[in-house]
Amino acid sequence: MFIEVDGVEKVFDVRRKTGFLKRERRQVRAVDSISFTVARGEMVGYIGPNGAGKSTTIKMLTGILTPSGGRLRVAGIDPSRERTRLAHRIGVVFGQRTTLWWDLPLIDSYRLMHRMYRIPDDRYRENLDRCVELLELGGLLEVPVRQLSLGQRMRGDIAAALLHDPEVLYLDEPTIGLDVISKAKVREFLRELNGERGTTVLLTTHDLQDIEQLCSRVMVIDHGRMVYDGALAGLHEAGGSERILVVDLERELPPIEVGSAARVVKVEGPRQWLAFPAGESAAGLVARVAAEYPLVDLSVREPDIEAVIARMYAEKATA
Amino acid sequence: MGSGRLYAAVAAGGFRRYATYRAATAAGVFTNTVFGIILVYTYLALWDERPHLGGYDQTQAVTYAWLGQALYSTLAIQGGGAEKDLMARIRTGEIAVDLYRPADLQLWWLASDLGRAVFQMLGRGVIPFTFGALFFSMALPQDITTWVAFLVAVALAMIVSFGIRYLAALMMFWLMDDRGVTQTMMILGIFCSGMTLPLNAFPDPFGDIVQSLPWAAQLQMPANVLMGEVSPWHAYAFQAGWAVVLLAAGRLLQSAATRRVVVQGG
Ligand SMILES: Nc1ncnc2c1ncn2[C@@H]1O[C@H](COP(=O)(O)OP(=O)(O)OP(=O)(O)O)[C@@H](O)[C@H]1O
Ligand SMILES: [Mg+2]
Repeated sequence: MFIEVDGVEKVFDVRRKTGFLKRERRQVRAVDSISFTVARGEMVGYIGPNGAGKSTTIKMLTGILTPSGGRLRVAGIDPSRERTRLAHRIGVVFGQRTTLWWDLPLIDSYRLMHRMYRIPDDRYRENLDRCVELLELGGLLEVPVRQLSLGQRMRGDIAAALLHDPEVLYLDEPTIGLDVISKAKVREFLRELNGERGTTVLLTTHDLQDIEQLCSRVMVIDHGRMVYDGALAGLHEAGGSERILVVDLERELPPIEVGSAARVVKVEGPRQWLAFPAGESAAGLVARVAAEYPLVDLSVREPDIEAVIARMYAEKATA
Repeated sequence: MGSGRLYAAVAAGGFRRYATYRAATAAGVFTNTVFGIILVYTYLALWDERPHLGGYDQTQAVTYAWLGQALYSTLAIQGGGAEKDLMARIRTGEIAVDLYRPADLQLWWLASDLGRAVFQMLGRGVIPFTFGALFFSMALPQDITTWVAFLVAVALAMIVSFGIRYLAALMMFWLMDDRGVTQTMMILGIFCSGMTLPLNAFPDPFGDIVQSLPWAAQLQMPANVLMGEVSPWHAYAFQAGWAVVLLAAGRLLQSAATRRVVVQGG
């Protein structure tokens, strides 16, 4: 496996002033024994509410934070021990930070990457040209970074992370604050990168559309614990989500009774809304309603992923 | 070596970065010139009362004053060089970006600070110094070798200056507020570098003490080399000694800091 995370923990010691010269020591368990593996070429979404431990995980995977416990390997390397060696093989984008040189033109940062990663000249030129084309950076290379818009800067940062052909790209909220068009460009680029080049991608985001459009696998972390790891579709079952069957009857009737197969959540004249588990087929339910009630029309509404995740977060918080 | 080119590029970036702030440079030139005039008249008055104070005559005192203004921002005597950026990066967590790169933190910041220093010497130092030389009588060497020896001493001073400020900046990994460190460094810098008064003008034993501290490597040594008050090799040995000690201490502190590093912020 390309990335191996086995029972990894990160505990922060937080000291807080509670009075004059008095300090309280508290431990924050930011990541609490999580395990997962990522194969080469996978594109995995990593989501969770604020403070769940996503950024902490990514920092440990880059080697800039040392885990408090557990075992971690990226390409067979222990990141915190051999940070510099690993650095040549990974690319990192922290959406809220920048690797670019603030006061200097964008191209200067790229020239620096060229030297820093010792990228062969032809590779550098090829990669730069490709990024410039796909991320539409052409007119921006001579512009000082501080004059770039957020979306332009983010695209500039993504290019900077890829010039040295990293095998894996960690993205921590790469679409934060971007408009619809910029988001679409970034997603399109990432899909290309993963599809054509086979770059492994680990993507953290609060925008579920990023995940829906890019990742077949998603990991959900909450309070430092992994609460889901699997296909995006499976989230519905794991989250206990429901689909809605909307039926139009011939006339106004009392709520439909079909036992435990479904429950009526709303009645409006001849139209009724029935909720049933998302993992179950609608066919049986439809047949039963059609046999027992004067059915005119029907439709099925798929659950909304946002609602599923929101419910998942909320459940964990109250549990 | 490949990494030599990297750090050369970093230094060039540091140079160009400061070169973009034209208004700040112009304001700096103006301030250093005005301060130079004030300081020169203060020194002239003082040396009238106490001729040969610290072994300098009046023209040497005037030369020293202008040199202080010329090297003031070059050596970031009251702070405000690369260490200021580094402190901010540690405080905000931006340092994370520097840490996952395959580059050495200390060399990176040294290169960047040297680039800055060279720019400030040319951009902010040369004009006040030339102004001083034109309008006041100064004790300047006639031979090119002394000038070259002086420039070498300035280069070493840049490294010592960085060494001090790098240590201060790394404190930010443990402290969350930079004000204490910044202010202490500022006062020590101005006073112990001899910005207010040449260090040899201080009475002993205090004078002896400050002249053996690393700050003495910054302004005092290049000034003495320029005016032929010390043999260049003696000055270099003193400066290089401190440079090695400070950079080694910086390395130690850096590895302690990055081992226990807690990178701030999401
Ligand atoms: N340097 C630190 N010192 C102390 N506690 C920290 C530190 N960094 C993170 N934490 C704590 O660890 C937990 C996880 O933080 P982390 O930044 O990993 O969350 P996240 O999932 O990235 O959240 P977000 O979506 O808000 O970015 C939080 O409770 C946070 O307060
Ligand atoms: Mg985060």
